[in-house]
Amino acid sequence: MYAYDELDRTLINERVEEFRDQVKRRLSGELTEDEFKMLRLQNGVYLQLHAYMFRIAIPYGTLSSEQLRRLAHVARRYDRGYGHFTTRQNIQFNWIKLAELPDALGDLAEVGIHAMQTSGNNTRNVTSDQWAGVAPGEIEDPRIWSELIRQYTTLHPEFSFLPRKFKFAITASPHDRAAIKIHDIGLRLHRNAEGETGFEVLVGGGLGRTPFIGKTIKPFVHGRDLLSYVEAILRVYNQYGRRDNIYKARIKILVHELGIDKFAKEVEDEWQEMRDSDTALTLDDAMIEDIRSRFTYPAYEKLPHTPEELKKAAHDPLFERWRKNSVSTHKVQGYAIVTLSLKPVGGPPGDATADQMDALADLADKYSFGEIRVGHEQNLALPHVAKRDLPALWNALDKIGLATPNVNLVSDIIACPGLDYCSLANARSIPIAQELTRRFANHETADLIGRLHINISGCINACGHHHVGHIGILGVEKNGEEFYQITIGGRADENAELGALIGPAVPYGEVADVVEDIVEAYLALRARPDELFVDTVKRLGVEPFRERVYATR
Amino acid sequence: MPLVKDGKITGDEFIHVADDAEVPGGGAILLSSTRFLGDPEALSRRAGKTGVIWPNNRDLDDLVPYLDRLAVVALVFPTFRDGRAYSQARLLRERHNYRGELRATGQVLRDQFLFMLRAGFDSFEVKKPADAEAFAITVKRYSVFYQPTGDGRMTALHRRMMLRHSESASP
Amino acid sequence: MTSPLEQKKIKITGPSVVTANRTWDGIVIYRTARQDWSAKLSDAAIVRTSDEARALLAESVADDVGAVGAYIAPVEIKESGKIKPGNLREHIRLQGVTIDLPVPA
Ligand code: SF4
Repeated sequence: MYAYDELDRTLINERVEEFRDQVKRRLSGELTEDEFKMLRLQNGVYLQLHAYMFRIAIPYGTLSSEQLRRLAHVARRYDRGYGHFTTRQNIQFNWIKLAELPDALGDLAEVGIHAMQTSGNNTRNVTSDQWAGVAPGEIEDPRIWSELIRQYTTLHPEFSFLPRKFKFAITASPHDRAAIKIHDIGLRLHRNAEGETGFEVLVGGGLGRTPFIGKTIKPFVHGRDLLSYVEAILRVYNQYGRRDNIYKARIKILVHELGIDKFAKEVEDEWQEMRDSDTALTLDDAMIEDIRSRFTYPAYEKLPHTPEELKKAAHDPLFERWRKNSVSTHKVQGYAIVTLSLKPVGGPPGDATADQMDALADLADKYSFGEIRVGHEQNLALPHVAKRDLPALWNALDKIGLATPNVNLVSDIIACPGLDYCSLANARSIPIAQELTRRFANHETADLIGRLHINISGCINACGHHHVGHIGILGVEKNGEEFYQITIGGRADENAELGALIGPAVPYGEVADVVEDIVEAYLALRARPDELFVDTVKRLGVEPFRERVYATR
Repeated sequence: MPLVKDGKITGDEFIHVADDAEVPGGGAILLSSTRFLGDPEALSRRAGKTGVIWPNNRDLDDLVPYLDRLAVVALVFPTFRDGRAYSQARLLRERHNYRGELRATGQVLRDQFLFMLRAGFDSFEVKKPADAEAFAITVKRYSVFYQPTGDGRMTALHRRMMLRHSESASP
Repeated sequence: MTSPLEQKKIKITGPSVVTANRTWDGIVIYRTARQDWSAKLSDAAIVRTSDEARALLAESVADDVGAVGAYIAPVEIKESGKIKPGNLREHIRLQGVTIDLPVPA
């Protein structure tokens, strides 16, 4: 856990008071909506179809049990008893009243939670690997750097009015769980030949109307120079990013229009100027150490690799099914990382009720040193579970509906709120996801299919990351009706790729049929049972899938 | 439009001179960048104080040679959402060592005062009188800052280092 | 449902209303004929020509303190005289989400 100190807490409280004043001025008419809109967005407040929506940051996906309980409290006291975890390590509440927001923020601030810059044209919540600090083979805990960037980007006086939103993601593992290639800046922590740690910096990734996979702008930036290098990128973007057309304002368009080499040179020139004159951004070891020291790790016990409890439980096929897809290797022997599916059959992806949050907070205290993680797949995780506790934990999770054994399987669907909530939507996402989870509810079939990510977005803004879904579903509108474009072959990891369209858009009622046909085509086409869906698409291309799926349509 | 300078509402001694109007020999004036660049040598050496209104999409390099002769550089916020002038301000102050008055013009609103101040602005043509009156309180809203800028405020990171030193120094 | 939030030219092809969200709590509201707002669609002022629509919108937008994001939305008028939302988006705004909420109200 990262422990906020007095300075961090003071700043959050000052932000709450500032926002309280802004809301007051809005309600009294001193601020017009035009003026207020940007101010509320900078604090995570959108206006959606039915109400205001309030987006809260969960920096690098780490929550304490105390914080989770407070989120449950906000859900109950100010909302309708549930919250929605997004694809960017945020939680959203859908029914909040503007007049009550400052109080909700005040309640959250008491436990070090804020909503700063969760929307608006500024640097957004810094996301990272949800297994940070516990994944085997990690270079070091990427949250130290995430926190440095979080602080550096919070209320930045120069970069709070960028051409468009700006998102960072950081990973320190060979396997990228943070989707760094689809972020404005992606950072991959690694060691150079001299054994120093630093970052491969990627720039210009992003989805939306014009999707791009990020490009490497610099293969190695030393940790101490990270902030100055980031500042150079932001300054170039702030000055030259397009402001004439909202659809061309992201940094990916600037990088694309200039070309990565020219863009990199602009940044390099700026950086060299800064480095000569300005050393204030250079991090010395003591500063990094100070941040590092505030991430505390549990006092792990020395435990056996395979405890008796686990051997016994292995006879229960239901437990085994859950264990196989929900339990992952921890860097410490005898411990495990447990992923909790927020994708129950027939449920809205990513939603959790206040009661579930409270119960989970208790389980985290009992089994995971009081810590919970949030991943971009809209699932939660308990990062430090002793393996001997797994059977008991499984029983407890099952009771609160958090033991659906479908992590990384076909019904583990990522979906944005879509037309049920979102004012920008073309079409609904949630009912499509729900129908798909019903179609693939049979766990044997799901196991047979293996790893398969379905991503659904209700419009081209791509909050459901449909471009990088193994199967991507995008809501479009045709003559006032909901239609869906379907892509296959996308992926969000270290081999990130954009999916390719499989055929013409289909109406609402046919989406689940088409997806079933795609999956059947895969089962027929795959070379071996362990060839993943994406790998089959990669090997064969879209054509054989198109033939099978659209031949009879 | 009230002018806030050095934290207080004051009168503006500078007169905006239109591009087609004659430039007076004396007195404090503000010129457009186009007008100024028409004859920068002469205009920057006139007897009265001279200031230039610099648009946010024009490279500062053209202005830099004359900086030490200018009394005011006014940077423009065409809307409050357009943040280019924050970068220009920091570059003028921190890279080009401009020490004259740095004025924020255009859509200058209360909720951006502190950002502007931190970027190096020291005078503000404020759109709403109520905002101008609230200036002093508004800029005191925050006591913790995460980024170093030319305003010299100590960042949280540096404050923590100081605290650590004083802790370890004491017996 | 192309988002109507950026309505440039005002041209209506059938009966329409002006709708928005109430500023302090965000709920869906409709402009009435009495220059006021109501949470009930049945209270909404119905406009049938583009000129009427423009006038009603202008009057609604002028209430910047009370309402946010006013725009023109199509409605259907049933034979009974009952007013129904004219598209799925407006239906959802009026009736709520099309799914079961995680916590029953
Ligand atoms: S993808 Fe579109 S519909 Fe879905 S949440 Fe984002 S903006 Fe809304």
